[in-house]
Amino acid sequence: MLSRILAIFRARNLEFVRDRGSMSWNIVLPVALVFGLSFIFSAENRPEYTVGVLQQDSELDRDAHPFLSTRYVDFVVVEDEVDGQRKVARHQLDLLVQFDGADRYWVNPDSPKGYFAELALLEATRGQITREPIRGDAVRYVDWVLPGILGMNMMFSSLFGVGYVVVRYRKNGFLKRLRATPLKAMEFVIAQVASRLMLIMVITTFVFLGTRYFLDTRMDGSYLLLLLIAFVGAVALVSMGLLVASRVTSEELAGGLLNLITWPMMLLSGVWFSLEAADEWVRQLAMVFPLTHILNSARAVMLDGAGLVEVGPALLMLAAMSVAFLSVSAALFRWRPS
Amino acid sequence: MVKVYPGVRAVDDVSFVVREGQCFGLLGPNGAGKTTTVEIIEGVTPATSGEVRYFGQPAGERFREEVGIQFQNTALQDYLTVQETLEMFQKLYDRRGDLERIIADCSLGELKHRDNRKLSGGQRQRLLLAVALVNEPRLVFLDEPTTGLDPQARRNFWDLIERIRAHGTTIVLTTHYMEEAEILCDEIAIIDAGKIVTQGNPAALLEERYRNVIIELPLEDLNGELASIEHRVLEAQGIVEIETDDVNKSLADLAAHVDGLNRLKIRQPNLEDLFLDLTGHSLRA
Repeated sequence: MLSRILAIFRARNLEFVRDRGSMSWNIVLPVALVFGLSFIFSAENRPEYTVGVLQQDSELDRDAHPFLSTRYVDFVVVEDEVDGQRKVARHQLDLLVQFDGADRYWVNPDSPKGYFAELALLEATRGQITREPIRGDAVRYVDWVLPGILGMNMMFSSLFGVGYVVVRYRKNGFLKRLRATPLKAMEFVIAQVASRLMLIMVITTFVFLGTRYFLDTRMDGSYLLLLLIAFVGAVALVSMGLLVASRVTSEELAGGLLNLITWPMMLLSGVWFSLEAADEWVRQLAMVFPLTHILNSARAVMLDGAGLVEVGPALLMLAAMSVAFLSVSAALFRWRPS
Repeated sequence: MVKVYPGVRAVDDVSFVVREGQCFGLLGPNGAGKTTTVEIIEGVTPATSGEVRYFGQPAGERFREEVGIQFQNTALQDYLTVQETLEMFQKLYDRRGDLERIIADCSLGELKHRDNRKLSGGQRQRLLLAVALVNEPRLVFLDEPTTGLDPQARRNFWDLIERIRAHGTTIVLTTHYMEEAEILCDEIAIIDAGKIVTQGNPAALLEERYRNVIIELPLEDLNGELASIEHRVLEAQGIVEIETDDVNKSLADLAAHVDGLNRLKIRQPNLEDLFLDLTGHSLRA
């Protein structure tokens, strides 16, 4: 029995080692993730609190007030007062301060971190500052994270449910069999996209309504607009899956590529935590992912009641990504292994 | 047509015509270029050079609509039943046959509701044949359809192919079983190393080349030297073959060289012999 196990073990190892693409990805992916994450989150004395500084100049002047030199606080410039207040209400900022002579600050009394940041502020200003409590509904974490979880589920379903399956079809010859029928490549692609879209929309709607009913999650905007965002976003993600699957023939390589895409997207698109405090380049990098646009616009609708005008640019970006992904995947598509 | 892969000329200037209603066999050992040849004709593998014509026209949309294909290895979608699979494939065509009749012809009636994954080898081959017939094709390609089947399942499959022929369907069959080609094919092309080495009606090809019969007996039954036996003598894999035009005389000669004739066989030359003569190696090599 052992010799049979060893024979299979050896054969499998040889197969893996000889599949250079899969092996490379299996090594490169975790290394890239570890290095990438350590680089992004490596700053020593990482700030514990985030305080918005309301000012017109985009460069923060730390000499404007001694409080702005407080350690363990990440000071971010806020140019729009309403936007800053909204973020305080939603716990995205622990405080919003303004030092322009008539010093004042905004705090959400329901925010634990806001409470401690306020103590530090009062210590630094000796109480010589006007308090402006934000009277708005604090956004619970579940409200904030729900779009992230739904988006992440859409992402995995789209990329693995389409990309991985198409690669399997190609590898086992099912695509070749279809090629021998009058079926066109575009028809096959459309069928795959439509099938997965329907599945995603049904599951996402079901989960959304379930959480809305049982957890009373926040929904300030239009259901129809949210549905549109989910639809356009799912098309973009499914198209991305097709792009990965367009000519890969190894399921392991496909898995590696899909992981390479999904993990950074999951970490940088704001699924679990906000990137408000992240460096500008990280936030810019996140904009290349369709999931970022999906989550930003879904949260805008669900938490801020945003309308079509506000989320329109994100929808256009998702549509452009879909066209690009589909065009390239159609050009690269192969029915059978080379 | 020609198909060149890096370092190998898989199909080397192959050209043939298949007449409507006939069963045309491409016969050759594994790796001879049969599958590549038919896949070029089917349109799933591009030729390096050459052209495929269907009723005088370049093979195009009409060809794709009117042909049925059974590949040597094809996976089907998991979790679908036999009937669902056939319905799915049938919906890919404008031209559609009577599914119930196809199911009956392929003896799949009792398996209609069975999951594809739970079919035996023979049942699966019958399903793949049925898939190739869903569009009532005028031309069917069967690529090694009985490879891996047990003898009984193979003979049952031959009956199915005969039934398809009876409907007037043209068949292109690739096989490395000479018996299959002899029984089913009106015309064969023997292919080796990417080239057609001979082509024609199987019986006519054999008649043209052989006037003799072959006597076979195990080598171990011989008690003398092979060279001392008259006529053409071949020895391979422990079997001695003596080609003769006078069986009575050869048997008399042999009697002096063998311990007994109980295991002796007399047979007509077949396509295996023809292939061996033409290429110098066996079909099963």
